[in-house]
Amino acid sequence: MDVGELLVGALILLSGFLSMAAGIGALRFPDVLSRLHAATKPQVLGLAVVLLSIVLRVPSWGVVSTIVLIMTFQLLTQPMTAHMLGRASYRSDSLRRDLLIRDDLGRDVDER
Amino acid sequence: MSMLQVLGLVAGVMFGIGAIAAIVRIVRGPTMLDRALATDVVLAIAMCALAAEMAINRHTDTLVVLLVLALFAIVGSIAIARFIGKEDEHGRR
Repeated sequence: MDVGELLVGALILLSGFLSMAAGIGALRFPDVLSRLHAATKPQVLGLAVVLLSIVLRVPSWGVVSTIVLIMTFQLLTQPMTAHMLGRASYRSDSLRRDLLIRDDLGRDVDER
Repeated sequence: MSMLQVLGLVAGVMFGIGAIAAIVRIVRGPTMLDRALATDVVLAIAMCALAAEMAINRHTDTLVVLLVLALFAIVGSIAIARFIGKEDEHGRR
């Protein structure tokens, strides 16, 4: 058991914790927007740390380049997904307006 | 059983709890958007679990699967979100 293995284990545990938090958050939060907040954690940080642990375990250029590609695609696509889901939930009124602190979008939507 | 495998087991239990909670949300979800979001969560947890398994067993066999998932995970949710947006705009006019 050396330092590298310990680091890999810690990174995997962090990813597992973020995944568990996302699942529980998606289950327990009250509306779509707050569930989005919980759900987007493992999609970026959870995957990033566990991919870093793969790089630590199998350090070769082929693996590093593939992992950079994976993370690039994930960072490109997941914010788009979250944005589209949030937009659709606002425009189809499937959110709890009593939970909003500020509503900057409402005026723009009403003007159309 | 090495230390890393024990940590992997603990992380696996966490992945399992997260995935089961998200699947419960897919079953219960009041709107279609909740279900699309929870499906994304399940997919992200599956990607993390695959990657964790690769790191623990020190191989890269399923790295390509992660690449394809990162590319195409977007399609389903965006299709659903667009469809619901369009339906709503027609309903409101």
